[in-house]
Parts: sequence; C-alpha cells; structure tokens
Amino acid sequence: MKQSLLPLLLIVALSGCETLGLSDKSASIEDRNASGAQPGGPATSASKGSAAATSGVAGSGVETTGLGGSSVAGQPLDAKPLEGPVDASMKGADPRKDPASPLSKRSIFFDYDSYTVRDEYRTVIEAHAAYLMTRRSARAILQGNADSRGSREYNLALGQKRAEAVRKALAVLGVQEEQIEAVSFGEEKPRAVGESEQDFAENRRADIVYGDE
Amino acid sequence: MTYLPRLISPFFLFCFFVFATTQANAALEIQVTGGASNRIPVALIPFQSPSDRPSPALTDIIGQDLLRSGQIKLVETEGGQQPYEPAQIDYRVWQGKGAEAIVVGQVVRISASRFEIRFRLMDASKQTQLAGLSMNVGVDQWRAAAHKIADVIYETLTGEPGVFNSRIAYVNKRGKQFELKVADADGQNPQTVVRSNEPLISPAFSPDGGRLAYVSFEDKKPVVYVQSLRDGSRRAVAAFKGSNSAPAWSPDGTRLAVTLTRDHGSQIYLISADGGGLSRLTSGGAIDTEPAWSPDGQWIYFTSDRGGSPQIYRMPATGGDVKRVTFDGAYNVSPAISPDGKLLAYIQREGGRFRLVLQDLANGQTRVLTDTAHDESPSFAPNGRLLLYATLSGGRGILGTVTVDGRTKARLSESGSDAREPVWGP
Repeated sequence: MKQSLLPLLLIVALSGCETLGLSDKSASIEDRNASGAQPGGPATSASKGSAAATSGVAGSGVETTGLGGSSVAGQPLDAKPLEGPVDASMKGADPRKDPASPLSKRSIFFDYDSYTVRDEYRTVIEAHAAYLMTRRSARAILQGNADSRGSREYNLALGQKRAEAVRKALAVLGVQEEQIEAVSFGEEKPRAVGESEQDFAENRRADIVYGDE
Repeated sequence: MTYLPRLISPFFLFCFFVFATTQANAALEIQVTGGASNRIPVALIPFQSPSDRPSPALTDIIGQDLLRSGQIKLVETEGGQQPYEPAQIDYRVWQGKGAEAIVVGQVVRISASRFEIRFRLMDASKQTQLAGLSMNVGVDQWRAAAHKIADVIYETLTGEPGVFNSRIAYVNKRGKQFELKVADADGQNPQTVVRSNEPLISPAFSPDGGRLAYVSFEDKKPVVYVQSLRDGSRRAVAAFKGSNSAPAWSPDGTRLAVTLTRDHGSQIYLISADGGGLSRLTSGGAIDTEPAWSPDGQWIYFTSDRGGSPQIYRMPATGGDVKRVTFDGAYNVSPAISPDGKLLAYIQREGGRFRLVLQDLANGQTRVLTDTAHDESPSFAPNGRLLLYATLSGGRGILGTVTVDGRTKARLSESGSDAREPVWGP
C-alpha cells in the first residue's frame, strides 16, 4: 500500500483524467410463464445488478480536475537548482539545450528486432552519463517505444527492452540506479503515425527525458 | 488449419437491409456476414407496439442478438399475418415458412416513461409455449429488456446461457482523447467511465463485473488502476518504478496478475486487488507478459519471447514449471482462455497478417477464425460461444465478434471513431 498511495494522491491532484460511474439500467422482470418452470429456468431469474440501482451515486462519480502539472514516477518535479560542479562557460545556459552538445540529442534508435544500443550513440550516452553523475539530484526517465504492429501489451514490453538497453548503458558508466527509470510507451505515443518502414523505424526508439524538463 | 469462407446469401442481404437500415442513428452498426448451416429457424414477429415507442423496435434488437450468436436464423416475417398473442397464430403459415419456434409480443404504454412488455416463445410444431415473460420497464431499459428477451429465447432453444445482457469494455480514441467505455454486449449504449488525454489500454472486468482494471499513461508511464464501475472511484494498484501493465483478474477476484518492470525486464507478478501482497511469478531476461488465468485459477497462460520469438506458455498460478503451448508460426500473442478451460484464443502473425486463432488445448489443433489482417485483443463471451476482438477497417479501429466455429461474424463499429482494446465482461 505504501508504494501505491503516493502516486494515487498525486494523480488525483495532477491528472487531466476523470472517472465516471455507471447508471444501472437493468430491467425488472417477472415470470409470466404459462407452463410453469422450464428446464434451465431462464425466465425466472431476476436481472443481474438490479440491487445496484439504489446505490445513490449512479451516473456520477469522482471527477478530478487537471491542474496542468505533470510528474515523473510519482516524484514531485525537481525544481531545485543544479548541484555539483558546473562548467563556468555554461553558467546561465542549460547544456542540455545547447544544440552543439551531445546532451541535446535525446533519441536512441534501434534496428528491427534489436535491443542493443548502436555504437554511434556512444558519445550521446557518455554525455548523459556524465551529466547525471555530476548532478546526483538530477533524474532521467528513459521512455521506450515500439512500432504499431501486433499486440499493444507485447509492444509495451518491446519498448521497455529499448528503454532498459539505454538504462543499462548508463548504469555501466556509473549512473546511480535511483537517478534513472526505464518505462515504456509501447505503440501508444508514436512520433510517426504512418505505416511505412521509415515510420516504423522512427518509432523503434528510446528517449531520454529529464525530470526537471 | 482450415479457413471457412464467409457465406454471402440472400438471407444475409435480407438481414442487412432489415437491421442495418434501422440502425442509422445508433452509435454502432452490426453486420452479420455469415452463418452456420444448422441454425434454429425462428419467426420473430414484430411486437404490437404504440407508435411512440422508443426506437429501434425491440424485435430489431432481439433479432440482431440472435443472429450474432450464429445458432439461430430468422425466417421472413414481412407480410401476411402479424400475431402478437398465441391465440392469433396460424401455425401452418409459420411452419410453412420453416419456423421451429415463434416469438410474439406486445408493448403497452403504462405511463409517460414506462412500458409493459409481454412476450411468448412458442413451439411451432407442438403449438405449446416454451417461455414467456412480462416486463415493466422504463424508457432507459428498452435495450436491456430486448437483450433479456434474446437471452430467454437463446437459452430456451439452445440450452446454453445467453450473453446478450452482458457488457463489454473498450477504449475509444476520439481526436486526442482516450475514452474507456462500458457498453452493452452489442456495442450499444456506450458509457464513458474514464476520459484522459493520455493513452488507456488493457481493460479487464473483475469476475463480478463490478470493477475494471486498466492501464493509464496519465502519469507519463503505464500504471495499473482498479476502478469501481458503481461510483467511479479508483486506486493505483501497481505504480512501481518502471512500467506496470497487463492486469488479469484471478477467477476469485482477489488478485491480479500484472506485468511489472520494477526488477528490470517485463516479468509477471501477483498483487492483491487492493495493491498489497506483491509476489513474483517469472524470472529471467526474456519478456514475460499478457498473463491470462485459466478459469479454475490453477494456471496462468502468458506471452514470452524466451524461445526467441513470442509464443504462449503456461505455468502454475504459483509460478515455476513453464510449458510452451503454441508452436505454429513465429508470433503468437495475447492469450485468452475459454470459460470451460478447453480453448485458447490468441493472435497469430502469418505472412504479415495478424489474425485470431483458436487452439484446442486437448489436442493442439488450431483454426484461424478471421479474415482480417490487424486483429488484436481477443476475449471470450461468458458462455464461451463467441469471441470479441479488435481489428482495423478503413484505417480505424473497429470491434468484431466471431463465433467459435468461425462461421458467424459481426462488426460493432462506432462510426467516426477509433475503437480498440475490447474485453467481454459478465
């Protein structure tokens, strides 16, 4: 319970999501069977759920109002200033936003049916590892994706494999476990919505997103 | 591996004309595109009704239910005598049309918003009553009353439980919004129970039908919720580090099998329905996901790529001793077990097409049930005679039902929207 309570409270506070109750519309039924009981007796059974009609909250429910906020893994947004050594040349500028920095590169693409980080991403991974290791309060979420072919749940697991591949690559370089979280969007949040091989390749991807962004 | 071509008969065209045209203003359309040869012929005679009755007519709703079952066909009732009480039936006429059973009924307005519905199911050759009901219903119970009558007819004629008064859940995508909906088994009367700007997937009814488990991405990652359908209250039951997904209720309703990545990699765990008592069932570096319980609660079927390609496996619900169940093809996912525990439905990819396959668990024989290319998310009707699934038509998601013999298919397609992730509930 402990682990589920905090996210629940946050979600109620932050989400743009509403839940609604169902009104009960079961019909009341009486037996009008001229020949008495029938084998199987289907006609005599009361319609299911009719007792629920008196619950008093039918048709309404909890409605939570979105406040436009967002959260990562149930953690409050980290709005504190960066700690650790910061290069003097970067003062006032976020190196992650500098197009010249490998830190601005956030997407790792994967080959078809492959879950290993290709060599070309070594510089990007190393830069993010260094960034995280020098700022122990920084948090990164690694979001895996998959193309839209096949089962949504299985694709969620495939996206997770891509996110885990990036997580492992960062962990091997010394990033602390509590700084990174690998999650999956599966096929649910595609960057490319087409059905071409190029679109599918665009969605075989893991993104690095920081908690303070 | 057999595939049964769909039957386009004059009968189908008749049904399409009579029923599809009455559905012009309804949320979903039903098309019956085939049928078995040994269906029971029933004369479903339009009930005598006041002109200001709700629309569509009760017998339209009842007829669609019966046709979707694949076990009943309707004989022509246009023209000639239109009895609404047994004493008015000229049995020779209806026997001459091939009817084995005759349904007659009457709707009487008893107040501004209530009706009395009386119907009788008659044996056409013995000329005796098989079943009869009187129902006092409100306007908002019109469809529920029709489904109840369809259940009585179906149960009386086939000896099996009807499922027309059961419910389904599915996710509808409308623009950028995701709506988790609960609807009647024919897809009508949809009610939104969750609305979100982030994706919703994998709804699952609790065994008593009172709660839905589902996965929501509103917290920027997949989290498993359990929500009361009565009052809309809910709680996050699995919101661990990483991804939380694929909820499957134990048959006794006390626990959920879920897929978590908290220990890295997608693995199957058990958690109590209130979020406590976590235990891990699978381990290893491979994907293990999409748990599905056997109805006796003894086994959990699941999808795993431990053999190199995704296949369906089975393990005891306590974990350990994993056995492979599917062998045909390189992609078999999304297992569902029939209520009697004898059949396994899943999605198979073959030649780039994803289709619904049924496997006999006793002898391993399989049969492709569908003719479409993007099938997903199969689930059994409570009586095990029909399957509900999602597929694509014209680039948008639609819901379909197919009988377990593959011969009768119906489409529950909500126009102008995108339906997916259906599940059949109690």
